[in-house]
Order: sequence, then structure tokens, then C-alpha cells
Amino acid sequence: MPFEGLTGRLQDAFSGLRKKGKVTEADVKDVMREVRLALLEADVNYKVVRNFVKTVREKSLGEEVLGSLNGGQQVVKIVNDELTELMGGEQEKIIFAEPGQGPTVYMMTGLQGAGKTTTAGKLANYLRKYEKKKPMMVAADIYRPAAIDQLQTVGRDLDIPVFSMGDQVSPVEIAKRGLDEAKAENRDVVIIDTAGRLHIDETLMDELEDVKAAVNPHEIFLVVDAMTGQDAVNVADSFNERLNITSVILTKLDGDTRGGAALSIRSVTNKPIKFTGTGEKLDALEPFYPDRMANRILGMGDILTLIERA
Amino acid sequence: SFTRRLNELLANFRYEDEEFFEELEDLLIESDVGFEATMHIADTLRYESKVQNVRSMKDAERVIVQTMVDMYGETNPDHHFFNENKDGLTVVLFVGVNGVGKTTTIAKMAHQYIEKGQKVVMAAGDTFRAGAIEQLHVWGDRVGAEVVSTQQGGDPAAVVYDGIETARNSGADILLIDTAGRLQNKKNLMNELEKMKRVISREIPDAPHETLLVLDATTGQNALNQAKIFKETTDVTGIVLTKMDGTAKGGIVLAIGKELGIPVKFVGLGETMNDLHPFDTEKFAYGLFKELIEQTA
Ligand SMILES: Nc1nc2c(ncn2[C@@H]2O[C@H](COP(=O)(O)OP(=O)(O)OP(=O)(O)O)[C@@H](O)[C@H]2O)c(=O)[nH]1
Ligand SMILES: Nc1nc2c(ncn2[C@@H]2O[C@H](COP(=O)(O)OP(=O)(O)OP(=O)(O)O)[C@@H](O)[C@H]2O)c(=O)[nH]1
Ligand SMILES: [Mg+2]
Ligand SMILES: [Mg+2]
Repeated sequence: MPFEGLTGRLQDAFSGLRKKGKVTEADVKDVMREVRLALLEADVNYKVVRNFVKTVREKSLGEEVLGSLNGGQQVVKIVNDELTELMGGEQEKIIFAEPGQGPTVYMMTGLQGAGKTTTAGKLANYLRKYEKKKPMMVAADIYRPAAIDQLQTVGRDLDIPVFSMGDQVSPVEIAKRGLDEAKAENRDVVIIDTAGRLHIDETLMDELEDVKAAVNPHEIFLVVDAMTGQDAVNVADSFNERLNITSVILTKLDGDTRGGAALSIRSVTNKPIKFTGTGEKLDALEPFYPDRMANRILGMGDILTLIERA
Repeated sequence: SFTRRLNELLANFRYEDEEFFEELEDLLIESDVGFEATMHIADTLRYESKVQNVRSMKDAERVIVQTMVDMYGETNPDHHFFNENKDGLTVVLFVGVNGVGKTTTIAKMAHQYIEKGQKVVMAAGDTFRAGAIEQLHVWGDRVGAEVVSTQQGGDPAAVVYDGIETARNSGADILLIDTAGRLQNKKNLMNELEKMKRVISREIPDAPHETLLVLDATTGQNALNQAKIFKETTDVTGIVLTKMDGTAKGGIVLAIGKELGIPVKFVGLGETMNDLHPFDTEKFAYGLFKELIEQTA
């Protein structure tokens, strides 16, 4: 376990409170110092951390927490509830076109190397398997060397069609024609792969706006690497401002990152995280569970069990 | 003028002002420097201010940059040194997690050597990811380097062996070896990498002359884990910090320098073959807190 130290310290801090009947302001302050540190180490944005700590501190000292639970349990519970709440509380479903209004159109967007192309394949596979859809993918990344080959290989592995017009036609045109093709071929979901780009690249961000205007997507997914640090807020904020993204997909959660970026993104965009990528294989896509993510960021699951047992 | 003197006075006053230190801390945290390293830098400045070594903005700038440079380990003479085999083939192995920029960095480096009139061979050791081999071939055509590859799903160690053979037979100056992205917690994939490295050393005892860990500047604290585990497995000799053309600061490399002693040797500043540059520690350290100086000055 790579985080034993972190979780251990938090757990010690909470245990310190455990035997106390009533929490004092100083107790809460001490324990929140550890929480703050742990959140920062987990890559939660420092401004988000500041607000979080403030909220938890206020709630911990408020009257509503005085009950049968002991001090440690109270604060742990507040931290856990608040984290889950910030993560979005409930799991949110993917959006489809109204019956008869199809096909459903999705757009994959994000920084370079985040996992858009792989996730396009995973999503197509997932929708075919669990939603009985007939997806098609559209190769609208005309910049990255062999991006089209990559998507075509993914399509071949899955036996799902990939629409491409080479790399000499504009992404807007490719997206439009892809949509026509899907209608003609009776495909009910169209997933458009786009090139990775920096959120500060005006020209390429304009291009995404144009693609959006041309095909009116039902979902614009912002694909984000779970290992992202403090910059996650800038990226998410810019993409959201330009495109009004509908939801987020968090990739590479099979790694040993805490994934605090999830919390940052959620709190700056207020858009739900709908899926997580948990491997390189094309079946490694899972629905997002806010409570599990909250557990992961602070190791709260371990802490809760230990506190309850003690 | 009076206003200027007043402003200077105010600027000086800020050093006794805890608010300034807190702003500095926020800025360092925001740059992914990490909590511990941030506190080290801020506390050093607090101490220097207390013992009156710091009175002006310039003093502060000097102390902060110096603290970062010291902490990063600039005193180590091996920093920045790029180990080339002067009278034979230089072999460079590229490793790192998924999507950080390994393949693109190889193309950039190949371009630099070709510009210098050297002969470059690239080995497509990523036989796993869809389109990885084609990607390296496209780059090979663009920069003018020979690419050695097998089909997707082939044995990466065999490609490495073929790469070495081809590079030797064709009298190449440098062999750049691409590998599949892998997360550091995947034991079997890390073992595969170790095996590739063993093949290289068996063929050429001094090789690889450099093992470069490619890190994405956008990555947060996990980069430290990446560096630690890749170092254990492949004895990383340097870091390439990519995607520094975005808004991420890549501050985690300070902690990596401090805790693991691995120096950054190059930075990636874009997606074209011309976007690889040597790393300048002081410029980097200054860049991390430039905003603060500008905003307060
Ligand atoms: N371990 C792991 N790797 C992933 C996951 N999702 C994507 N990857 C890997 O991340 C790397 C980048 O994925 P791509 O799908 O090419 O990313 P992209 O966003 O399309 O990249 P660009 O088109 O260059 O911007 C590849 O090596 C993928 O195999 C995941 O959930 N887990
Ligand atoms: N903006 C920017 N993008 C970069 C830089 N270096 C690489 N990229 C982009 O990042 C994406 C991933 O680059 P690759 O070279 O394929 O990364 P990789 O590490 O080989 O990826 P895998 O083989 O899938 O693990 C591509 O879209 C590149 O164009 C850089 O310095 N700046
Ligand atoms: Mg892609
Ligand atoms: Mg690659």
C-alpha cells in the first residue's frame, strides 16, 4: 500500500479525538491540519482544500453534531460525508438522444495523452455490451501522427466501425460527414475522437467549438488523467467555459494515485464524473461511484473501519 | 519620488507580513511542488528574513531561487550531463507511464541528432498500444531516421535486440528505444522493462548510456512515486519533463531531485520535432514564483 503513511497519520489524528466526549475548537483545528495536508498530498486543488477545511471545521463545531457519537467519530463522519457530497453524491447516468431523435452524439475532449482515443473505444464497447447500442467511431484527430491508425486498430479489435476521411479534411467536416454516415448505416451512437490540445491553445479550442456547433453532441466528455496535479482546475475550467462540457471521464485509476484531481474538477465545473478508466484494455471502463472516490482520496474507508473497530 | 519610496517601504514591510509567506506557499503548492518542499522553501525564507538577510524583493528572489536550486541538488556534477558514447553507438532507453510523451520525445531527440549530421535508429519497443508502431514510423519518415519494428503483439525484447543489430550494422551513432507506457504499480510490466534493459546491457556492456524517464508536467504528487519505482527497476539517469508549454509548472521535479537525486535533462515545449530543449534549473526555479514577484513588486 503506497499510502500507508498518509492514512496512518490521519488515523492517528482521528483516534486522538476518539476518547473525547466533546470536541473543542483546538482539537478540530489539530485534526483539520492533518486533513488539509492529506488532501494536498492527494493533489486536491489548494483552494478547494481551503473551502473544504473551512466547511468541515464549521460543521464539526456546530450544534448539529452533538449526539451519541464520540468526538473522533463525529469528525470522521463529517469529513466523509462532506467529501462524498463534493464528489457529487449520487451516480449520474449517461445521456442518450430521445427515442426517434437519434443518433446519440458524443464528443471526446481533453489534453494530450489523457486517454481520449482509448476511452472512445472503451465507451463504444461498453454501450454495445450494456446498453445494446450499435456504436460508430469517428476519427477527427488529424494532427497526432497515426491517430487515425490507432482508432482504426481499436475499431478492428472491437469489430466496431470507424469513420475516417484521412488527415487532410477539417475535423468539422469529418464530424458532420461521420454523423451522416451513421444515419445512413443505422448506427445509434456516434463517438467523435478529437485531437489532444492545451486549454490555452486558442485556435484548437475554437476548432472544438466549431465541431460542437456542427454536430450538437448529447454529451461532451472531458477526459482527464487521474494523476493530474493542481493544474486540473485550470484545464477543467477552460474546457468547460469554452464547450460547456456535460461530464467527465477519469482515466488511469488503475495506478496508485489518490486522484484528488477528481474533487477539484468536480468543484470547479460542477459537472458529474460518469466513468472511470481502470486499465489499457478495452473493457476497462467502469461507472463512477462518488463514495468510492471519496474513500480513495483520503483512505477514508480504512479510517472508518479502524475507528469503528477501536 | 515619494510614491516610489513609499512603495519600496511597503514592499519591504511585506516581509514581516505573514500574508506574504502564505501567498508564497499557495503559489508553490499550486505549482505541484508538494507540501513538504513548499514548507521547506517558505520556512527558509522566513528564517532568512528573521535574521535580517532578506530586506528587499531582490533578496527574497535570491533566497527562494537558491533554496530551490540547492534542494533540487544542483551541486551534483552529474546534473544535465548527457552521457554519449563518443567512439561508438549511444543507446538511450525511454520509459514512463502512459501518454506522457515518450514517443514524441524520441522523435524530437532524433531530429536534433540528425540536424547535427548523425545517424539515428529508432526501435519500436511499444508493441502493445494500438497505433504505436505506426506512430513511430510516421515520425521516422518525418525526421529521417530508420525505424526497427515488429508486428503489434510482438516481443519487445526482440525488437530491442533487432534495433541494436541494425544500429551496429548500419554504423549508426545513436539508438533511441521506445517502450510502451506502463503504470509503475504494474509488477509484470515493470519486469518486462527490466528484461528489455538486460538485453541491452548484455549486447553492449555500457548501455543504455542514458535511461530517460519521461514525466508529464501536468502530473501531481504521483510523479514522485513514478520516479521512485522506475528508478528501482531501470536505474533512471535523467528526466524529460514534457508539456511545459501548458499552464502546469511541473514543480514536483524539485522533490524528485531532492529525494531521489534524478536530474531533469530536457523539457518538452510542444508537439513538433523542434520542441525539445535543455533544462535550465534557475530559469525553472524563477518561473515557479515569477507571478508572485510580479504581483507584489
Ligand atoms: N493504465 C491505463 N492506461 C490508460 C487508460 N486510458 C488510457 N490509457 C493509456 O494512456 C495512453 C494514452 O491514451 P490515448 O487514448 O492515446 O490518449 P489520447 O487522449 O487519445 O491522446 P492524444 O490523442 O495524443 O491526445 C495510452 O498508452 C493508453 O493505453 C487507463 O484507464 N489506464
Ligand atoms: N503540448 C505538448 N504535447 C506533447 C508534448 N510531448 C508530447 N505531447 C503530446 O502528448 C500526446 C502523447 O504523446 P506520446 O509521445 O504518444 O506519448 P507516449 O508516452 O509515447 O504515450 P504511450 O506510448 O501511449 O504511453 C501526443 O498527443 C503528443 O503530441 C509536449 O511537450 N507538449
Ligand atoms: Mg487520441
Ligand atoms: Mg508511445
